[in-house]
Amino acid sequence: MDHLDALESQSIYILREAFHPIDRLGLLWSLGKDSNAMVWLCRKAFMGRVPFPVVHVDTEKKFPEMYEFRERYTTEWNLTLIRGVCPPLEQIDPTLPPAARAAARKTAGLKALLERERFTGVLAGIRRDEEGTRAKERVFSPRGEAGQWDFRDQPPEFWDQYKTDFPPGTHIRIHPLLHWSEIDIWRYIRREKIPTISLYFAKDGKRYRSLGDQDITFPIESSARTIDEVITELETTKVAERSGRAMDHEAEDSFERLRADGYM
Amino acid sequence: MKDAPTPKRSPERPLARGDESDARLKIVIVGHVDHGKSTLVGRLLNDTGTLPEGKVQAIQAMCERRGMPFEWAFVMDAFQAERDQAVTIDAAHIWFNSARRGYVIVDAPGHREFVKNMVSGAASCDAALLVVDAAEGVQEQTRRHAYLLHLFGIAQVVVAVNKMDVVDFDRKRFAAVERDIRRYLGQIEIEPSRVVPVSARDGDNIAQPSSRSPWYKGPGVVEALDEFAAPRRLTDLPLRMAVQDVYHFDDRRIVAGRIESGRLEVGDTLLFSPSNKTVQLSGIEIWNTSRPLLQAEAGQSVGLALDQQIFVERGELISHAERPPVETNVFRGHLFWLGREPLAVGRRYKLKLNTLEVPVEVQSIDRVIDVDDLTLKEGAESDGAAIVERNGIAEVVMRSQAMLALDAFSDNPQIGRFVLVDGYDIAGGGIVNMRGYPDQRQLITARSTNIQAVGHAVDHRARTRRNRHGGGVIWFTGLSGSGKSTLAIQAEQRLFQQGYQVYVLDGDNVRGGLNANLGFSPDDRAENIRRVGEVAALFADAGFVVLSALISPYRSDRERARAAVDRLDQSSFHEIYIKAPLEVCEQRDPKGLYRKARAGEIADFTGISAPYEPPETPQLEIDTAEKSVEECLAALVDYIERTFSLAD
Repeated sequence: MDHLDALESQSIYILREAFHPIDRLGLLWSLGKDSNAMVWLCRKAFMGRVPFPVVHVDTEKKFPEMYEFRERYTTEWNLTLIRGVCPPLEQIDPTLPPAARAAARKTAGLKALLERERFTGVLAGIRRDEEGTRAKERVFSPRGEAGQWDFRDQPPEFWDQYKTDFPPGTHIRIHPLLHWSEIDIWRYIRREKIPTISLYFAKDGKRYRSLGDQDITFPIESSARTIDEVITELETTKVAERSGRAMDHEAEDSFERLRADGYM
Repeated sequence: MKDAPTPKRSPERPLARGDESDARLKIVIVGHVDHGKSTLVGRLLNDTGTLPEGKVQAIQAMCERRGMPFEWAFVMDAFQAERDQAVTIDAAHIWFNSARRGYVIVDAPGHREFVKNMVSGAASCDAALLVVDAAEGVQEQTRRHAYLLHLFGIAQVVVAVNKMDVVDFDRKRFAAVERDIRRYLGQIEIEPSRVVPVSARDGDNIAQPSSRSPWYKGPGVVEALDEFAAPRRLTDLPLRMAVQDVYHFDDRRIVAGRIESGRLEVGDTLLFSPSNKTVQLSGIEIWNTSRPLLQAEAGQSVGLALDQQIFVERGELISHAERPPVETNVFRGHLFWLGREPLAVGRRYKLKLNTLEVPVEVQSIDRVIDVDDLTLKEGAESDGAAIVERNGIAEVVMRSQAMLALDAFSDNPQIGRFVLVDGYDIAGGGIVNMRGYPDQRQLITARSTNIQAVGHAVDHRARTRRNRHGGGVIWFTGLSGSGKSTLAIQAEQRLFQQGYQVYVLDGDNVRGGLNANLGFSPDDRAENIRRVGEVAALFADAGFVVLSALISPYRSDRERARAAVDRLDQSSFHEIYIKAPLEVCEQRDPKGLYRKARAGEIADFTGISAPYEPPETPQLEIDTAEKSVEECLAALVDYIERTFSLAD
């Protein structure tokens, strides 16, 4: 087994551990590279199927390429798509810095959707290497009744034994990609030939390294126009992956606050 | 205010996070709070050129806002709560590369109250870096963390003696700390490969040798880590795969799971334990591969297609027929406890053993380990310690209703470990030790086929009419020297004189013939009792009152003897507890066995070096320490007459 095989096998194990006990399970499909890899891993785990709905929490501010991608692969991969809508910005905590406030809309949309669909488990494609607070996440991460994350009192998690018992009214976030790094994802996309949105590749000297809402996501300087070139770029860069995501940088703890409240 | 260090630029060493073909080595950084673990990690990342652009500047800005000197630990301490209190709350995972290989590095909190997070970070690591403050030396959490490493089976350890700048790189101070830590680690069978004097804050002996410690000739931390061997290969162990689920999305039934150790091949005969079903592997199902997979090995998540539709479910353990796992409903666990409520004897928890989830009860707490001096606090001789507090380490005996398939941790580290769930929470974890307990597999697996039992022409009622009493088994249990044989022989004589068909099966007597091929290992003792149980059942069926006088220390063996009698519908089984404290039995010592056992001449001696499990609800309890032989005999004979006699 090589390194990618080991990562893949661990993710399949996690997905199967989630699917067994959780009746109402959904997968957060942001259409980005990580969640596409996660959908792919589900098909590996479940013999070509995704045996639960995929959820797109739609801020209605995504790039047109993302909507096209969603329509095409919902059909091609035979997915059950549930679309979640987000409340208007006016209803969001005005004490948050502007970009974080815009991002918090997504949290509110997600909470409304969880309630409507009565999900007790949600698969999210976050990774430890993305950002400091995600580095401390659990694979099975319980959320309170209001969806909040209590990072001060996380459950112990070891030997691949996950927390699968939780009181009614709470839900669990499952993170099957937590142990992957950004470059692992790209190498896996290359090996498995997983379809990817064109925005990740350079056009006029710029490309998106991470995809969010159009108005709070910015491209980086890059000449990487193919997967191979993206991998070469990542092998040498010292720029953080989420540097183009405005909400991470407004205040020292703005991302931590977003996540404690239930952001992915 | 101290100037911020310059971020190290190393364009020649790329930021690649692990090579594609090479597994990264996972190392945990442990040690007492404030001994500088996070600082060391921050320094490692910087000096190996791993930090993203702008990180050092951002940390500098943070420190200035707080009016404090530059703090390397902020690289790892991501939460604001951590930065404000300058302690690590949770274990963080971070990647870095040395010239030799990639690492995943886990920074574990040193605070006592965060032991559960330390465990979460450390339990799956291949190796450890233990940080000790040069001025403070070995402290409580240094010892606790080291002990936990021992419990997780992490044997590869480098020690960094940190804050050498504070003690002016004093060679003698370093030697004293090195001696202390080596002595402690030696007691728990850990031999550190290197003990390195460092200053994490200033970067001495991390990636580069330091000019401030000319007396130190060994490697720096990065080089010492590079000396670690690659993790142990699990493919060399016997096949184990825990069933995760059984899928039937279409007309196929697929057994899903991950191979934990060993390897399998299409065509292999697979054994499922504890159901003991065997079936042939007809295919390995993997989606989106160009050619069929014919074999798979440890680490792979697979789907298995079987040549027959057998009923198996999540929790069963797959192996080959040769080298199967142990089967038992009782085991010894060496565990760490993280629960809010203490672990207590008699409490029930949910056991998670691989993918199996079953209720278990804590039968006894045999030892609680004091990490400070590594002494074992033995419980009172008869009932052990009553509780294990949060963050405590102990040796306990767990019992389940259901049969379990498992391996001792020393035989298979993937399979021989478990967690306990209390309510909704994972409250503890530990490793399996089978010392003193038998493998019950051979006792329950019927090997013969094509058997048809014949019916008797003389029925049970006819025998009872002629004997004027029913048949049944009076099963004694109790320590050696408690008085089982004495009472059995005298009761036999008295009952015979009253016209009973009665016979004593004595432990030592049957060992002369029926069980001459058995010794005193846990496995042999269990087989000894199984045979006596079956013979007793036959005697009872023949109309006899059978008195069996064996120590029979294990509950599961006695339950099996009861089941043997219950299979014959008219006989009855009566468990009689012949009770006497260990001290009394040892004082009587009629056969001189306790003396030999204490001298170490007899291994696995019940009450001394092997467990005795008293019955929970015996039909009769006879206290031979409190009552005279005549009183005991009267109580026993009275019970037998009431139970079996027809005369009224």
